Amino acid sequence: MALCAPPSNPNTLIVKYSIVSLLRNAFSHHEQWPLAWRSPPPKPEYDVVIIGGGGHGLATAYYLAKEHGITNVAVLEKGYLGGGNTGRNTTIVRSNYFLDANAHFYEHSLKLWENLSADLNFNVMFSPRGVLNLAHSHADLEAYSRRGNAMRVNGIDAELLGLDEVRRMVPLLDCSAEARYPVMGGLLQRRGGTARHDAVAWGYARGADSRGVDIIQQCEVTGFSRSGNRITGIDTSRGHIRAGKIGLAVAGHSGQVAALAGLRLPIESHVLQALVSEPVKPVLDTVVTSGAAHFYVSQSDKGELVLGGDLDMYNSYGQRSNLPPVEHAVQSLVALFPCFSRLRMLRTWGGVMDMSMDGSPIIGKSPIDNLYLNCGWCYGGFKATPASGWCFAHTIAQDRPHALNAAFTLDRYAQGRVLDERGAGPFAWAH
Amino acid sequence: MMLIHCPHCGARDVTEFTYGGAGAARPADPAAADDPQWADYVYMRDNPRGLHDELWQHSAGCRRWIAVRRNTLTHDVIATARPGELPPR
Amino acid sequence: MNTQHHRLSQGGLIDRGQPLTFRFNGRKLQGYAGDTLASALIANGIHLVGRSFKYHRPRGIFSAGAEEPNALVQLETGARTEPNIRATQIELYDGLVATSQHCWPSVGTDLGAINNLLSRLLPAGFYYKTFMWPPSWWMKYEHWIRKMAGLGISPRKPDPDFYEHRHAHCDVLVAGGGPAGLGAALAAARAGARVILADEGFQPGGSLLHETAIIDNLPATDWLARTLAELSALPEVLILRRSTVCAYFDHNYLTVAETVSPAAAGMPRQRLWKIRARRVVLATGAIERPLVFADNDRPGIMLASAARIYVNRYGVRPGHRAVIFCNNDSAYLAALDLHRCGTHVAAIVDPRPFAGEEIAAQTRAAGIRMIHGHAVVRARGSRHIGAVEIMRCENGLATGPVERVDCDLLCVSGGWSPVVHLFSQSKGRLHYDENLTAFVPAVSAQAEQSAGAARGVYGLAHCISDGYAAGSRAAASCGLNPPAALARLTVHQPAVGSILPLWKVEAEHTRRAKSFIDLQNDVTTADVALAAREGYVSVEHLKRYTTLGMGTDQGKISNINGLAILADINAAQIPEVGTTTFRPPYTPVTLGTLAGTEIGAHFDPLRTSAIHAWHEQAGARFMNAGLWKRPRLYPLAGETEMQTINRETLAVRRTVGLVDVSTLGKIDIKGRDACTFLERVYINRWRNLAVGKTRYGVMLREDGMVFDDGTTTRIGDEHFLMTTTTANAVRVMSTLEYWLQVHWRELDVRLTSVTEQWAAMALAGPGSRQVLAAVASADVGDAALPYMAYLETDIAGCPARVFRISFSGELAYEINVPADCGAAVWTALLAAGQASGITPYGTEAMAVLRIEKGHVAGMELDGRTTADDLGLGKMLAADKDCIGKRSLTRPGLAAADRRQLVGLVAVDGRSPIPRGAQLVAGNNHRPAGPIMGHVTSTCYSPTLERPVALALLSGGRGRYGERLRALSPLAGANVEVEVTHHVFYDPEGKRLRG
Repeated sequence: MALCAPPSNPNTLIVKYSIVSLLRNAFSHHEQWPLAWRSPPPKPEYDVVIIGGGGHGLATAYYLAKEHGITNVAVLEKGYLGGGNTGRNTTIVRSNYFLDANAHFYEHSLKLWENLSADLNFNVMFSPRGVLNLAHSHADLEAYSRRGNAMRVNGIDAELLGLDEVRRMVPLLDCSAEARYPVMGGLLQRRGGTARHDAVAWGYARGADSRGVDIIQQCEVTGFSRSGNRITGIDTSRGHIRAGKIGLAVAGHSGQVAALAGLRLPIESHVLQALVSEPVKPVLDTVVTSGAAHFYVSQSDKGELVLGGDLDMYNSYGQRSNLPPVEHAVQSLVALFPCFSRLRMLRTWGGVMDMSMDGSPIIGKSPIDNLYLNCGWCYGGFKATPASGWCFAHTIAQDRPHALNAAFTLDRYAQGRVLDERGAGPFAWAH
Repeated sequence: MMLIHCPHCGARDVTEFTYGGAGAARPADPAAADDPQWADYVYMRDNPRGLHDELWQHSAGCRRWIAVRRNTLTHDVIATARPGELPPR
Repeated sequence: MNTQHHRLSQGGLIDRGQPLTFRFNGRKLQGYAGDTLASALIANGIHLVGRSFKYHRPRGIFSAGAEEPNALVQLETGARTEPNIRATQIELYDGLVATSQHCWPSVGTDLGAINNLLSRLLPAGFYYKTFMWPPSWWMKYEHWIRKMAGLGISPRKPDPDFYEHRHAHCDVLVAGGGPAGLGAALAAARAGARVILADEGFQPGGSLLHETAIIDNLPATDWLARTLAELSALPEVLILRRSTVCAYFDHNYLTVAETVSPAAAGMPRQRLWKIRARRVVLATGAIERPLVFADNDRPGIMLASAARIYVNRYGVRPGHRAVIFCNNDSAYLAALDLHRCGTHVAAIVDPRPFAGEEIAAQTRAAGIRMIHGHAVVRARGSRHIGAVEIMRCENGLATGPVERVDCDLLCVSGGWSPVVHLFSQSKGRLHYDENLTAFVPAVSAQAEQSAGAARGVYGLAHCISDGYAAGSRAAASCGLNPPAALARLTVHQPAVGSILPLWKVEAEHTRRAKSFIDLQNDVTTADVALAAREGYVSVEHLKRYTTLGMGTDQGKISNINGLAILADINAAQIPEVGTTTFRPPYTPVTLGTLAGTEIGAHFDPLRTSAIHAWHEQAGARFMNAGLWKRPRLYPLAGETEMQTINRETLAVRRTVGLVDVSTLGKIDIKGRDACTFLERVYINRWRNLAVGKTRYGVMLREDGMVFDDGTTTRIGDEHFLMTTTTANAVRVMSTLEYWLQVHWRELDVRLTSVTEQWAAMALAGPGSRQVLAAVASADVGDAALPYMAYLETDIAGCPARVFRISFSGELAYEINVPADCGAAVWTALLAAGQASGITPYGTEAMAVLRIEKGHVAGMELDGRTTADDLGLGKMLAADKDCIGKRSLTRPGLAAADRRQLVGLVAVDGRSPIPRGAQLVAGNNHRPAGPIMGHVTSTCYSPTLERPVALALLSGGRGRYGERLRALSPLAGANVEVEVTHHVFYDPEGKRLRG
């Protein structure tokens, strides 16, 4: 068995996951597998405390340890790790953005995705099965040309498909002229795809833990102690924890935690609806999205069709399903794929999104000296996870943003340098 | 599917309404506001987990904008009124 | 030929006079009306129905209802095929065709079963630990993983059936038509309430359909018939059969999925009821739990209650020699029913020291052996159970000698779980009841109450009266007088009492065998232990790591056992482990039902102008613009699209053209403060606009970006008509209403959207005045109607509003007439212009004309551009505030490197400037540097006889004359362009003033 003991944490033996270790453990009936991560009690003080044990917080801790050698780190999680949006999204990974700042950031993320399973030694099942945006009008084709060209010039892969190519790629799609919005082509990013969402949280948790990070679950932050313009400590449901630097990565609830530190954010919480069908044998190899309908579908490895729909369109923290967006997403699916009409919806759920006022995230410093913000992910949080953690770790470690997240500042709103990919303006739910 | 009581039309499905957000008060003299103050009005939000005073338009009904006090966690609608006329909390 | 060797000669609610023929896995079989597919299969002695998800283990019929994890079949073939259908809920019909799914080549011999042999290598989450080498191979592995996963097969042809939605309101919605639901419906209906009773079965009645009890001296089924008759006779009662209350949303809004029966042409296949109920009674019953022991998944093992249902309701014998394994009294009823129908009940195995007195006496009287203090530790057999192993058992630990008892049927009962799914969806809070070993509803969040077994009340009499009480309360809270109290029911049914928690049975010699918790997803006790060992200790982690409860049954029978076993490992109490959230729907709902009729061509409403019929007749090609269909061009025979666009464009430039612009938004603005209102809305000046004059206006969002543009005309002193872009018409109206009603309530202004009331067309070209003069009653000469003026006149007998404005850059008029007159005026104009060669033109030519003229449209108004970016900065009036003005002085909006509107021409005068091209520096071979800007609109200009484009370019106005590369890697194009001013044609505007 491949064993290695990281210097910072001599008490935990890490088993390298592989077919070899699986075989070896099969002989002992899988009764010798170690914990994937420890559940230590909080120490009184850490160099860095990350609030939020979702994908972003765990990735941040991982890269703090791996890239910056900062291992005296705690991740505080109110519930259980990966229990928020990390485990509720529709698992799509892509970097098909128009604005330079977004394009470079998400492309960095995609590159990290491409090597993530090997890096974490945890199979996150990233499958570049292609993300196809359907064009239903001349205006769509125009917009996709603009976006696809920008991607290509920025070194990101993109192809504009004609109707025949779309038809070949997605044979079950209704490409007839009788459709209300006939398909005219599409913008394809082949390197985009899907990944196994829970595995991302677990893989980062295991990776961070093995490098000495304390992941503390069931630990709710209730307040901050301040001294001047610094935060000195964090009040939690598991006691007071002193911290040198604090990183906030609680998308969905950023406003709530920021308010504990006296900050207002350009963010509203909105619920996004998603659903899955019963599993069936493979019928859809590509991620298909339709901008006209604000809708996307893919088929999971288990065989379920995974559909994402629209927001409820009103502020909400109620993680519950809501019929109108679900109905609309299903209508979009059946309109595009009339043969899926007889499949059945198995489960529908809602997740709370941090909807920022320009549709782009915030990763950077806050008005408080040692508090750093990672929020405002809108729908884009899952695919951003690796780059978000990578950039946030850099920002915390160096006390200044990396070039990749330099544009994602909080003060861009006052400065008038917003990153409004959709051009929808200061309406959180419109992005 | 929420039911919102339009003060002009009565109880209607939420699908008849269009959301308008918190509708912050506009600075009386915008020119006098500095950039952060102006940005606070245009972009910053309280985003409470609980009672939220917000604006909706009965867009598929009487077209009137109305004020709604709603719980963002439970979705209970506590009160509706003409804009600016919600009772004090 | 009757194939039903396991059919009882009498009893049950099936119609032996109505045989039905069906096929299963190609075999022609027979059942009766009133059967489910499952009961008909059992009647034919078929127990092996499917294969499990992961290990492909043989699986039989485990339940008789919605909770079925195993007996999933592929129903029908071709376009009407449906995967994953529970055999236990399919109402048998003549000609039904079903096949086993997820097996190859057959359910009997399934090669996938090799997974069972390899199961040591496939523990929970094995895929997270493997398939990582070599890294590039994941997609190869995944290809096979995907093939192995999935269950049934999706149809590949469009669904030939249709679906519909219905909306309903009621006082009391009762979910579930069993004893409690009927009691509730009866009480509410007697009180005069509007009641909807929905039941998932094809016969309402729930447990009354199989109970042997006597109610008020009537057999349960007769009492049921009497009750249904009373309910049906009441006009305000609607009974929905085959109708599952599938989801509970905010504010007592519930959906019910109904299967329409009988299936008939012209009828929907299924429908979705959307019901807003004042009160809801959840009478959803309870589901029996299995017991967890080695190889507890063999065909021939079923829930004790299911065995009762098959015997009593369907008149089939699920086995000849049965063993009952239970930890509570209710399963003893199964023993008695089986005994009565001639099945030999070999033993009742019960870990409790004794059973309830009354039931024990009856069992003893039937001569059935009761083995107390014991448990079944293992089932023997592979494709069908052949025997069980029994051992002494205390707290789940089995010890002592093993007794083997032969059987072909094992009925299991681990107690009952109230169906709290809808309650949980309503956001009600659950409470764990130690005595019932189950979660029960505790605190309601909406106007609902649970009744009967759904809240842990058991026994027929109790359920009926609990339901009746709930129905009475529901009626009372709707303001109705409660009904007369229910006459005391006399029910003859043995009392069933205590339960001893037993979550899993462990014996040393079966330690390595598989004990299933989740039958469909093949989650075993070892999987749960492994998850806990590795730190996946939260119930959500457990669920996601092991896939427990994630199958098509959503863990209906596995949930509590899984929680309890996890709690045991964590040394915690079950309530501490918590429960997973129940998500809608209760049982899967077809996507077609959810979609209803708004699919295909009806996906969105279609908006067409009043002149649409003429366009169609003229052979126009259309485009989608939001909900609108607009004519793109009017091709003549033999023309390419390019030729058509050029012809239409040049007609406007040289003679005269006519275009339908009805889709532009039109807002009528009236009131004392109308002018003040416009001053606040637009960036430019309005106070000095004279009556009868028109002005172009630009409005911003509060963040300073251009929101919309268009002309507004002063029709009277306090009366304006605003036009908006097609795309923003709805948003502009709503935004203007927002400002007026929320922020500027002191203003006396009234807004009316009149987009659809007026047909609009633009008559453009040097010959337009002549054409207009020929049909207008008023003088339209340059003096009477100069540039940017307005007048009212008659055209072809219709009242018309004429605006001398121009989008094309030529002498032009926009003409608005009441929508009803649109077609008449359009054809009158065409007739009048015939001599001068009037040409109807579409949006393509319109786009060319406006690009030549440098007018901005949707691609430039992208929500990220300021007025200054678009070259409109001079319009901003300095001495007033307007929406968005304050935002403009922020550094980012005043920056010199902002992308500004410019024109581009191809340097070689020939190469098309690619759509959506990006602008960079450099030469043909080596375009270099960052993106400096992008092409927004591009066309071939037939007027200038060369390609031109509009673009947004960083610091663009300072770059006139510079040469850049327009790159389109998508099109493989790299074109050298020169930056110019954005107005290509008639920059002085002489022609439009002509």
